[in-house]
Amino acid sequence: MAAKKLNMRKRYELLTRGIGWETSYQKMDDVFPYDTFEGIKITDWDKWEDPFRLTMDAYWKFQAEKEKKLYAIIDSFAQNNGQTNLADASYLSAIKLFITGVTPLEYAAHHGFAHLGRHFRGEGARVACQMQAIDELRHAQTQIHTISHYNKHFTGLHDPFYQSDRVWYLSVPKSFGEDALSAGPFEFITSISFAFEYVLTNLLFVPFMSGAAYNGDMATTTFGFSAQSDESRHMTLGLEIIKFMLEQHEDNLPIIQGWIDKHFWRAYRVLALVSAMQDYMLTNTPMSWKEAWDIYFVENGGALFEDLGRYGLKMPKHHELATAEAEHLSHQVWSVFCALGNATGFHTFEPSDEKMDWLSEKYPNTFDKYYRPRFEHWKKQKEDGTFEYLASLPQLCQVCQIPMIFTEVKTDPMQLSFRNTKFKGDNYHFCSDGCKDIFENEPEKYVQAWLPVHQIFQGNCGGATIPEVLKWYKFEPEDGGDYFDSQDFRRWQEWHGKDEPAKTGSDN
Amino acid sequence: MAIVAKDGYIDFVRDKVENFHGNQLVLVSWDDHLLFCAAQAFPLPPEMPFAALVSEVIPSVFNWHDEFKDIDWAKTQWNLDGEAFSPDMDKSLAENGVEHKSLIRFKTPGLTGLNGTRI
Amino acid sequence: MTTKKKNTAFLIVQDNEDARPIIEAVEQDNPGVNIQYEPGMVRMERAASLIVKRETVEVLKGCEWDVQELHLVLISLAGNVDEDDEKFELSWG
Repeated sequence: MAAKKLNMRKRYELLTRGIGWETSYQKMDDVFPYDTFEGIKITDWDKWEDPFRLTMDAYWKFQAEKEKKLYAIIDSFAQNNGQTNLADASYLSAIKLFITGVTPLEYAAHHGFAHLGRHFRGEGARVACQMQAIDELRHAQTQIHTISHYNKHFTGLHDPFYQSDRVWYLSVPKSFGEDALSAGPFEFITSISFAFEYVLTNLLFVPFMSGAAYNGDMATTTFGFSAQSDESRHMTLGLEIIKFMLEQHEDNLPIIQGWIDKHFWRAYRVLALVSAMQDYMLTNTPMSWKEAWDIYFVENGGALFEDLGRYGLKMPKHHELATAEAEHLSHQVWSVFCALGNATGFHTFEPSDEKMDWLSEKYPNTFDKYYRPRFEHWKKQKEDGTFEYLASLPQLCQVCQIPMIFTEVKTDPMQLSFRNTKFKGDNYHFCSDGCKDIFENEPEKYVQAWLPVHQIFQGNCGGATIPEVLKWYKFEPEDGGDYFDSQDFRRWQEWHGKDEPAKTGSDN
Repeated sequence: MAIVAKDGYIDFVRDKVENFHGNQLVLVSWDDHLLFCAAQAFPLPPEMPFAALVSEVIPSVFNWHDEFKDIDWAKTQWNLDGEAFSPDMDKSLAENGVEHKSLIRFKTPGLTGLNGTRI
Repeated sequence: MTTKKKNTAFLIVQDNEDARPIIEAVEQDNPGVNIQYEPGMVRMERAASLIVKRETVEVLKGCEWDVQELHLVLISLAGNVDEDDEKFELSWG
């Protein structure tokens, strides 16, 4: 007779405890050299527990099952020419931004968790980090596999990792990832697992992936939701590590609060790109950025921090500003991409009349008043043949590296928000109080920032002219510019038996 | 506040003025004209006369806007690094106090963007 | 004793055949649960707590079901997780 199956608690205990040991001929601090310098005090690593109690054997079993399901859908999507059933080919701009902006960040997270999977002193935490390292690698791989199908048919998808290291707007996610990776292990996990994954990642993987389904992109929906099932585990890990650190020693609280303040703001600024994907690049949009923000940050994040209040933890600094910006963010980001659309690796376009009406409805306080006029102006210029892209380089924020496009939303939404400081005699500029605070806490770190605009002027990016820089980015001439002038658009028209190119701004 | 690091921290400034080949970075913004989504960046020699900034550099980019041709430069209000200032057109950027990575903002009374929308 | 509104616990799963018995089980075992069907996904939310019971899922499925199989259809969640062989529970303290 088979032995009785152990229960989940017991299995977890057996498979995550007692697999480490006190070293004898090397000092523990030499074997684990990174987990003390940040000042986090841990007295008992055994108090660490994964609420999912996932063990390695169960992990492999479930991940294999998820992969099988995912690849079955990817195959059938390809076999059925799923690319022809999208709502519109302009939707691909979101996927182009995803593979160049998000996928390299997944890969960077894999590096970070592999490091933690070796360097945390507690075995339970190491096991959880090892699983997450494999998850993050899987996310990068499945995203590349899924999107490679689109690369056969559409432009701008050919070199995401090379471009991640160079392109002006991709330095936004890249610098966030490197900020976390170059910190100590406790700050890294607070940044990625808690600030990014628990507090904010729902905004990327839930409404956006639901939006992909709404636009006929089942392949992306499936990798998105498949990745998000891992993210649920990561979120839980993120919350667990925060509670664990807070319970271990009262001295940990101010350190953790500082990291949450910092990485909430850093991660939120990265999601500015996602706001434009959600509101503008999705052809049909089931939920606006503002609605998603209200549900997943204001309500859900509010509940989370209320719960953590018992440890003395507070909502991240400047969260009210992020909420105030929710009515402006996507419009400001999409405007800058439209103005600089000759220097993007995806196509830009003014919203269709129908989309503008949807934006008015979803943003009754802001869209018509502040943002509709600029899109209508550019649309008219394109109709008249007088439109030109802005042929200059914008001022960048020293911390988030986004062009300084954000405005004083609480007092005067048409006034750019300028913040600055001096450090060792040099001027530094920031888009917000959030980014300025981050700089002032660690100026030595951010004076090293590789700001794409400054690098171009220092002569490190292939040349002084825009075409030279784009060539250095490995942007092909057909990758950027207006969607309605693009190869993607012409191909889409051919697939759907339309010879006459549709007018700018028309719907499919 | 000093950075918390394991083995000290290197002293390295990536955007030192020496790295810009004799230029300094100057940031210019036109208030109430948000069609320019952000201030614009220019690498300029510090010895460039302020007049050249106005007659050559600024038009090269800001003439993108339909209202640019209507600017009355005599009435333009200037702001340097957060302080109102009156540039001496014949003097150089450096002599006018424009530093590496200084922000120059200008406001054009009467011109408030397309149809007064501040864009 | 506080009378203020309880925070919402939620569970989001894929809208597919594997998830159907889980959704139905949640409906049975959680009075007042709000279930929303959105493109590709189903969001189940309830004030303070939400539970998935193994036994209910097994009856609806007609076969054995391991609580950890929830991972195969899970998209997102909110609340503190308490999981064992019998149940998966989310709650705000």
